[in-house]
Amino acid sequence: MATPTALGLMYWGRKTLQLPERLPAYDRWLRQLWKPAVAVMALGLLGGGRVADWLDDFFLAAVLVLGVFICWQLRTYRPALLVGIGLLPYAVAQLLELLLRLVAPDWMKRQGGLDNVDGLCFMWMGIIFFIARSQHKTQQAEQAHRLAAEQEQRSIESQTQTLEYEVGQRTAALSRQTNELRATLQELQATQDQLIQREKMASLGELTAGIAHEIQNPLNFVNNFADVSAELVAELAEERARPQRDADLEAELLADLRQNLQRISQHGKRASGIVRGMLAHSRQGSGERQPVDVNALCDEYLRLAYHGLRAKDKAFNATLDTNFASGLPPVEAVAGDLGRVLLNLLTNAFYAVQKRQQQGAELGYQPTVRVATAAGHDEVLITVQDNGIGMSADVLQKLFQPFFTTKPVGEGTGLGLSLAHDIITKGHGGTLEVASQVGEGTTFSIQLPQ
Amino acid sequence: MKILVVDDEPDVRVLFEQRFRREIRSGEFHFSFAYSGEEALTFLRDHPSEVVLILSDINMPGMSGLELLRHVKTDPLPPPPPRVMMLTAYGDEGTQHEAERLGADDFLTKPVDFTALREKLHEIENT
Repeated sequence: MATPTALGLMYWGRKTLQLPERLPAYDRWLRQLWKPAVAVMALGLLGGGRVADWLDDFFLAAVLVLGVFICWQLRTYRPALLVGIGLLPYAVAQLLELLLRLVAPDWMKRQGGLDNVDGLCFMWMGIIFFIARSQHKTQQAEQAHRLAAEQEQRSIESQTQTLEYEVGQRTAALSRQTNELRATLQELQATQDQLIQREKMASLGELTAGIAHEIQNPLNFVNNFADVSAELVAELAEERARPQRDADLEAELLADLRQNLQRISQHGKRASGIVRGMLAHSRQGSGERQPVDVNALCDEYLRLAYHGLRAKDKAFNATLDTNFASGLPPVEAVAGDLGRVLLNLLTNAFYAVQKRQQQGAELGYQPTVRVATAAGHDEVLITVQDNGIGMSADVLQKLFQPFFTTKPVGEGTGLGLSLAHDIITKGHGGTLEVASQVGEGTTFSIQLPQ
Repeated sequence: MKILVVDDEPDVRVLFEQRFRREIRSGEFHFSFAYSGEEALTFLRDHPSEVVLILSDINMPGMSGLELLRHVKTDPLPPPPPRVMMLTAYGDEGTQHEAERLGADDFLTKPVDFTALREKLHEIENT
């Protein structure tokens, strides 16, 4: 009975402890164990008797001790250690039992507690078995946990990589966009500067024709008075060469000469003044406010605007009406900027009356542009009025918007009134208003604080 | 010969008076001056049948020279109707045609060539 148990135990042990791999030498011997086992079993079947029983038990005890020994050899392998600990009490018990049976068989027969010992040994084995199993389970759980953790780690890493890649892509795309936007912004700013410059150039161009005419006027006087002075000098020389000199005539001639020279100087200064005014207009706004004679400024720019338009369209003619209030107090203003505003308003007024005339105005239509000044409470008012084609409510709403123009493409930058509005309101703290009726005319009103 | 010069520039008067001093001194020409179209018309009404020739600038504030021309040629004025010569810086064809259409007798550009003007005045005088 014990021998098959022992064999069974041995085969189980070999498998569990992986003996073929761990202790191949031992394993080879163990595999031969079935031979003595068969011998013992045969003996038992054939004869039986006490010797056979003893051998049977001896076989089991031997296998157990062998088992413990092998486990001791494999003590670093945890399962082996546990199996060894489990088997040890049973092995010891069997061994002792055998020895006692051999040495004191009668005493042995009287012991009834042998079964208890066996029972305890089995209980012990059971406990160890459960410990081993629970440890195994824990180990497996831990391993599974570790595997799961590792897998999660790997998947996280791979996700992180994917994210990093995508972030990299997005960042690159955004960088590209930012650069493109920056380039576009620079282009737009450059274009805006160009357009503002073009507007200035356009108004300067309008001025140039007017200025050329205006300068020609005083220059004509300079030339004429120089010529006539030469004549007077000749006459004076003639008189001096006479035997009888007319003192009164000579005095008159000299007086005239003196006055002529004064006039030459005066007209020369007038021409310089006009040039200076033109330069002030083209300059980038020095921003310095000076007291300005509004009446003189309006008059000057009215003529400049008129001549400017006539230089472009010789057939054009209009009545210029002025109503300058006398005793108008000077206004703190940047003359060049204010002049630019007036020029713009006047040019628009002339354009409007010209358009009305071109569109076949009624008989007796007299294109008229009127500039008037007046003194208010503590401000100065300038009005530019025309009886041109007028503007609808829609147009009036957008009038001061940058780049808005009713002129055909290429004719106007659309910046004139927007700049004018800025100059008056932001630059001088004044107001610029407009009233208009289609087919009747338009009035622009500027209000400037003194 | 009585001549009316119409120009908004006051120095034009001085220029004419000096350039034609001999003729003025000798009484050959007599110059009057108006500084606007309106003033000129008033003068013509106040001195009927006196002015033989009007020399007028075109570009003037208020009534332009061409307006004045129209008035002179169409308004009922005591005869004889004065000749009108335009003096202007705008020597372009458009303006010239317009002046002719309104009945101008001559058209001169500024700066005025006083020698040529003197000759013309003599011509008129002798007709």
